[in-house]
Amino acid sequence: MGILQIVIILLLIFVLSIPVGKYIYKIISGERCFVDPVMNRVDNLIYKISGIKKEQEMNWKQYAVALVLTNLVLTVILFAILRLQNLLGLNPNGIGPMEQSLSFNTAISFITNTNFQSYSGESGASYFVQMILTCFMFVAPATGLAAAAAFLRGIIGKSKSLGNFFVDLTRFITRLLLPVSIVLALVLVFQGVPQTLSHNQTVATIEGKMQDIPLGPVASLEAVKNLASNGGGFYGANSAHPFENPTPLTNIITIISLGLIATATVVAFGHMLKNKKQAWVLFGVAAFLLVLSVGVTYYSESKGNPVLERVGLNQSMGNMEGKELRFSVAESSLFTGATTAYQVGAVNSMHDSLTPAGGMMAMWNMMLQTAFGGKGTGFIYLLMFAILTVFLCGLMVGRTPEFLGKKIEGREIKMVAIAILLHPLLILIPTAISLITPGAAASTSNPGFHGLSQILYNFTSASANNGSAFAGMMTNTVYYNVLIGIIMLVARYLPIIAMLAVAGSMASKKPVPESIGTFRTDNTIFAVTLLGVIIIVGALTFFPALALGPIAEQLTLR
Amino acid sequence: MKTFLRAIIISLVFIILCGLIYPLGMTGISQLFFNKQANGSIAKYNGKPVGSELLGQAFTDMRFFHGRVSANNYNTYTKADKIPDKNGKTAYDGVSSGSANLAPSNPDLAERVENDMDAFLKLHPGVKKDEIPTDLLTSSGSGLDPDISPEAAKIQIPAISQATGISLVQLEKIVVHNTKGRTLGIFGEPRVNVLETNMEIAKLLNITF
Repeated sequence: MGILQIVIILLLIFVLSIPVGKYIYKIISGERCFVDPVMNRVDNLIYKISGIKKEQEMNWKQYAVALVLTNLVLTVILFAILRLQNLLGLNPNGIGPMEQSLSFNTAISFITNTNFQSYSGESGASYFVQMILTCFMFVAPATGLAAAAAFLRGIIGKSKSLGNFFVDLTRFITRLLLPVSIVLALVLVFQGVPQTLSHNQTVATIEGKMQDIPLGPVASLEAVKNLASNGGGFYGANSAHPFENPTPLTNIITIISLGLIATATVVAFGHMLKNKKQAWVLFGVAAFLLVLSVGVTYYSESKGNPVLERVGLNQSMGNMEGKELRFSVAESSLFTGATTAYQVGAVNSMHDSLTPAGGMMAMWNMMLQTAFGGKGTGFIYLLMFAILTVFLCGLMVGRTPEFLGKKIEGREIKMVAIAILLHPLLILIPTAISLITPGAAASTSNPGFHGLSQILYNFTSASANNGSAFAGMMTNTVYYNVLIGIIMLVARYLPIIAMLAVAGSMASKKPVPESIGTFRTDNTIFAVTLLGVIIIVGALTFFPALALGPIAEQLTLR
Repeated sequence: MKTFLRAIIISLVFIILCGLIYPLGMTGISQLFFNKQANGSIAKYNGKPVGSELLGQAFTDMRFFHGRVSANNYNTYTKADKIPDKNGKTAYDGVSSGSANLAPSNPDLAERVENDMDAFLKLHPGVKKDEIPTDLLTSSGSGLDPDISPEAAKIQIPAISQATGISLVQLEKIVVHNTKGRTLGIFGEPRVNVLETNMEIAKLLNITF
């Protein structure tokens, strides 16, 4: 039954990504589509208010500046709102202002599409803040998608222009994220997710005790949280909370939302390139990595915990610690695989309590970032690895590498190398520093090898802009709030800017006509080589750290 | 400079559209069409709210079914739990969710399970160690899991029958009545909602409070 559950949901994601991919292509290319009569009016109103001329084209520098400035403005606004949340109304549960290092961390976390949370929604955020965070859940992923659209125009197109950032941002929100979220939110409310502005309710139970029932505008946040790879829960327990994810049906919908848009972006790429085979090569590689991680996680979780078996607790249900009963172990494992592969960061089980092999696969997905990856950015990483693969193959046969009909030269490879090397630097160095800093290492909540895994996991999550956590670790300290905040910031914007630069330089190159000597990148050989490069780069970089954390823990569990 | 101005205005436009109009609009529609769900699916007993159909509760009375292990005691508390001790700490300090995040290798996990197991075996004589369903002694992810597995319900029936005087057959019927199967026969796990099951027992026993 478990395997059937996993297979059906994955197939649904893959099949649905075909029409959604076509639709995303239309959004990027500005082709006519069925929502135009209504949405053109909304868009035009937004352009008019903001003084945006939609015909105005931007080169890569202008595009990057517009992107960074808009994100900067929003971050400052969010920081101010978090600090002043006690004064801004819609705060029926009387929550006080957020501490400043936590506000710094949270503001960056939400603008970078990470949604790492060192606060709990129940006790740390007013309803007004939750609604503003909902807005960031639209703007941050739309920024990533806009960057991907610009990148695609650059490497495929024939002009120097990468499009208009403000237009891309608007179109992704009004034509994709907002309409789908409205429908999803209604389905979630129907299934039992609260959507109200009234304060938490206290009831008297049939045993004569009292129970507090947390409420709030949950469904509107929840819908876009999952759809747009945000992952920041309304409540502390995230999608394990019965009010965020009440039924098996909402669980299926959530898992599909986690993956749909990122998968569809690859399909959209095929339409833009007018070479579907090329898109299927990337699709195949990403899908293989995703299925592999889900498979290993499910196998490990269904075996249960050998330590509890020795205590005498029957493990035939699998590892149920930290999991909810209404979701099977299979669907929880799939959720874990999907949320880390797609860089969403929502969780429907507590990752800290995963079996070591399961926790390792979650980290592995975030280390590679290429199992489809986050909205827009994951796809950019996939193409970066493709460029690196072409370059390595070119070195082996001794000719100038080409990708998508353009020459790959020193400048592009430098940018790709920066973006790829940045990720391990941002994970391993802070992990090492934290391990030897007594105050920082004391934040871990589990002893032994798992303590190392906690630090490693949380920095990996920050650098991958994922946002899930080994949540037992106390990350709400000034040290971690500031360090993780900086990591999220650098990990988000440096690769985006580097890749826009690559797009800019590729856009100005003349296409090389295809010849017999051209190294084809749309066949199985290239797919296998690409997969090899991704796995080898990932393994060489991260294996030592994984060996000290999850692998060592797994070996001690017998 | 022009770009900066545009960045400011478009940020404000989206804060209004996605941060105010969208969530407030959804609240209005939800309150109108799905009033019960939008307000927390409150469960009522004799017309009084006693919990939420979607949230578990900490049950300790032997006449009732008990739920899974919770790190936050299901946000259930008594008046005494809110009185600060000499260090100024309270047993209950506000609504929360989540688990204790114990790693599989953490000795605290094995110790907790062992203690709970001993306690369970004392309350349920005749049950063997390896018959206890895993879900009963493991902590849920949210600390608010409303459900237990049908096996976890069945194993508690003899003790509840003894405490209440309700026959085994009738308790079995109540459990079956409150068991939900897999969605579409495929997704999720079969489950028994503990609060709803206990409300049915309370009605049979005519408990008023």
